[in-house]
Amino acid sequence: MEGTDRVFERLVRDHQDRIYALGFALTGNRHDAEDVAQDTFIRAYKALVTYSPDRIRDLKQKAWLHRIAVNVVRNRVRGVRPRLVELNGSEPDLATGPEEDVLRKAEIDELAARVACLPTKYREAVVLRHVQDLSYAEVAETLGQPVGTVKANVHRGLKILRGENHGDRDD
Amino acid sequence: MATVMTDLRRLGDVKAPEGFAERVLAEAGITDSYALFGTVLGPVYVAWNRRGVSAAMRAPSAQDFENWFSDNVGRLLVRVDPPTDLAAKIADQLAGKRRLRFDLRGLTPFSQAVLEKTLQIPRGQVRPYGWVAREIGHPAAVRAVGTALAHNPIPYFIPCHRVIRTDGVIGNYGGGGPEAKKSILTLEGVELPRLQRLAQSGLRYEGVKSTKIFCFPTCYHGRHVKPANFVYFHDEDEARGAGYRPCKDCRPAVA
Repeated sequence: MEGTDRVFERLVRDHQDRIYALGFALTGNRHDAEDVAQDTFIRAYKALVTYSPDRIRDLKQKAWLHRIAVNVVRNRVRGVRPRLVELNGSEPDLATGPEEDVLRKAEIDELAARVACLPTKYREAVVLRHVQDLSYAEVAETLGQPVGTVKANVHRGLKILRGENHGDRDD
Repeated sequence: MATVMTDLRRLGDVKAPEGFAERVLAEAGITDSYALFGTVLGPVYVAWNRRGVSAAMRAPSAQDFENWFSDNVGRLLVRVDPPTDLAAKIADQLAGKRRLRFDLRGLTPFSQAVLEKTLQIPRGQVRPYGWVAREIGHPAAVRAVGTALAHNPIPYFIPCHRVIRTDGVIGNYGGGGPEAKKSILTLEGVELPRLQRLAQSGLRYEGVKSTKIFCFPTCYHGRHVKPANFVYFHDEDEARGAGYRPCKDCRPAVA
């Protein structure tokens, strides 16, 4: 028990930024990102306490957490359109960093909101491949899809983000 | 092409907000939360987690409490706003109206047994150290009981102040010295002067003439007895010799 708690604490500290970024890119706003990241880790903890020490040791933590996070997002947004974030900063930040940080933050928030508007299958593929920097093989494993499907979805997602989404209605 | 991918990569550099890991660990029940509560005993820092209350202390500052917790418990500690439901529960606990759950992980099984036993001492009553030792099946470990109680991580809540020396001397008390121990016991309705007079005369038990039962002097069975109907004993043999049997509630001796 004590050992599992220590493993979990490391897991949270090692992966919190990655999983938060994943939640942010998939939901498009920081509030939902935190909810998703928190749910992901709590689910991971509930699973972890049932695992044997061998299983915990052999766990591929990164891939495992990504898979949980994708499922968390799928479950929560099922039937709900991703929320659009207002561009003039609907979520004021308490941090009073230098002005360029604030600008950069607004840009990133805007980008996240745009990504969040992609259809789910493109969004998951694009985010895992290009935001989280997983290989195509890793993305395929995380999503449980063939590599070819993932490549095609990444390609179409990027096309939409670049504003070239015409002619993509044939799938 | 390059710009969209570069932008996306920057999205991956977003950091989790301040305190995120601590919040997750608290939610999982691994770290403890703490807050300052106003109580009948004055301001007390109380730490808790999903298993129950894990520590309590009257500390000069939050930093002192955090240091003490880190040295004695070792888990992570996060300060939060005091939840109102917990404040009410704490008030009830200190008034003897309810019993909170406690998290005693990390203590030795012996210390846990001592503290669990101490929890059974009713408000307004006291027991000697030797009683706790006997009740948990280690009759010779009187000093060890003293040590375990001196390191009680949750004083006031786990009433280590209700365990006193048989000679009536109010011993040192981790929760604020002998004076604090006296004032808490008085607050709980213990008649300390009477208790100490008896102890100083070497009288440890009081018997009730009509029932031929002997008790500790604070046992609640004596609460309605007229002073004239009490008889006092120095020890168990004397009481039994006079035809008295030990009380089954306060258990001054093995029945």
